[in-house]
Amino acid sequence: MVQPRDAAQAAKPVERSVPRADAAASMRFRRAVVDRAMQGVLGLAAASSIAVTLGIVYILISESVPFFRAVGLKTFLTDTMWTPQFAVPRYGIVPLLMGTLVTTMVALAVALPAGSIIAIWLSEFAPARLRETVKPVLELLAAVPTVVYGYFALLFVTPLLQRLWPDLPTFNMLGAGLVMGIMIIPYVSSLSEDAMRAVPMLLREGSFAVGGNKIVTATRVVFPAALSGIAAAYVLGISRAVGETMIVAVAAGQQPLILDPARPLDAMNPGQPGATITAFIVSVSLGDVQHGEIGYQAIFAAGLTLFVATLGFNVAGYLLRKRFRQAY
Amino acid sequence: MVTAGLGTMDRPGAEQVEVREAALREAWSAWPGVASGRHVPPPIKADVRSLSFWYGKVQAVKNVSIPIADRRVTALIGPSGCGKTTLLRCFNRMHDLYRNTRYEGQIVLHPSGTDIIDRGVNPIEMRMRIGMVFQKPNPFPKSIFENVAFGLRMKGFRGRSEIADRVEAAIRAAALWDEVSDRLRKPAYDLSGGQQQRLCIARALATEPEMVLFDEPTSALDPVATARIEELVQSLKERVTVLIVTHNMQQAGRVSDFTAFMYLGEMVEFDRTEKVFQNPGKQLTEQYISGRFG
Repeated sequence: MVQPRDAAQAAKPVERSVPRADAAASMRFRRAVVDRAMQGVLGLAAASSIAVTLGIVYILISESVPFFRAVGLKTFLTDTMWTPQFAVPRYGIVPLLMGTLVTTMVALAVALPAGSIIAIWLSEFAPARLRETVKPVLELLAAVPTVVYGYFALLFVTPLLQRLWPDLPTFNMLGAGLVMGIMIIPYVSSLSEDAMRAVPMLLREGSFAVGGNKIVTATRVVFPAALSGIAAAYVLGISRAVGETMIVAVAAGQQPLILDPARPLDAMNPGQPGATITAFIVSVSLGDVQHGEIGYQAIFAAGLTLFVATLGFNVAGYLLRKRFRQAY
Repeated sequence: MVTAGLGTMDRPGAEQVEVREAALREAWSAWPGVASGRHVPPPIKADVRSLSFWYGKVQAVKNVSIPIADRRVTALIGPSGCGKTTLLRCFNRMHDLYRNTRYEGQIVLHPSGTDIIDRGVNPIEMRMRIGMVFQKPNPFPKSIFENVAFGLRMKGFRGRSEIADRVEAAIRAAALWDEVSDRLRKPAYDLSGGQQQRLCIARALATEPEMVLFDEPTSALDPVATARIEELVQSLKERVTVLIVTHNMQQAGRVSDFTAFMYLGEMVEFDRTEKVFQNPGKQLTEQYISGRFG
């Protein structure tokens, strides 16, 4: 049967029954119609993703406006406590931001070196067949539900860490961050490896031709040549770490950091419980906050902060990519 | 300045010289045409003896023998797929980077007498003695300076001023110094294509190789940049032996002293360049030179 969306096929029977010039004109017309229709459909599909993004931004902003009216942007950014459930609630985002920062740093300390080393090995050293088996297995790490990782951190990694540091609390950012780092490894390694493998062989040969060995070629020629793609992989890893919710909600203890202005560095210690922005948002969604009250609106303000932060990373990533892009 | 050092080697003792000269005479005796009459052939730098090469089961170079004259330019010409690049890449064991390749025969490098393709020879050491310039400029994603210093660092040079001196000498030898001396720390990618290729030549010269391989070095360049590279190749022969693969017969005629014509993996004719171009000994060569195929 004739497929209705295929203009060329649809026009064929017509061609036999009418004079040639007319047939050609009618076929051109049909093609033009189908062409325009397809353009419209594809355009709509593309526009829908933008519409969803704009909708999210609109909701985030419109719901946080009443919050900022009540609390004030300055308090939000400078207050040192985040206690929305208290009788006298305080809404300082910094403790949550610090929680996000600390867990992200721990995760990146695992994921960036491990991901890069794995990428170098996969791209430059592993035999093709081994690479084709290792890569999908590694990518499975990203497919494990994050709540599973959360309990893995809480019930396996933290007890392990407690053998080293007996006074480590059950809920702590260190265990959560480490496990988050493991989860992010495939995001970093997979994209970095793709970038390194895209480096032309000619560049490697240039390095070997002046007496470079495999290690030198991989680390001093191929890796820097792939830096733009590797930077993109790092940014994706950072975004995943900043946005990760379940691992920190389960294993890091949902208790906002307490900032002591006299000892500001104490907040940077990952060996303590902490709440991230995402962990706060998810905890509120489970609780008994009424729609429209200020505690409810606080999650949108927190969400907006997160959105601005990730947007910042993506812009930074874009600039990095542009800066390091190599025309081989 | 270390320019004087480029292309020089350890001095052998007198009795060794005698033995080697006898070996050289014997090597050239296989090429009576080249050595005949008023032409006194130079010493042989590298002697290719019955070399064959396989990619898997496909034989790309078939039992080729060519003498490569010391501090002269030898050109390899022939139609696409004739094995000239494959042959060139045997000289620095480039094929070792890929699986399923096999060499047979010898490439004896004089005066040390090393057989380049012998399994016992370390290809990395070989590549420090025999530089290579590729079809397309392939500078590293580093500064101009670091591109040239790369091979020196591989060779184990550590002193800052020594490296700087050698980098300068190599860039000067590649006729690039005047254009880049004020921006050595800038990325090599900022240079034009022709400059990048001269930078790659500087990179190959920095480790003071005995021989430099050129694999169609001007195929990605415009005519002006090509002319500069050709000029440079000719000036290089004062200090190093040059082996150049080229698609362009006029180029072979302009830059080389000796020419080998290859066809389907075999060496058809080897002689002085003017002889090959003006009075080729084989019909096939004559047909290729006159543009009837290839």
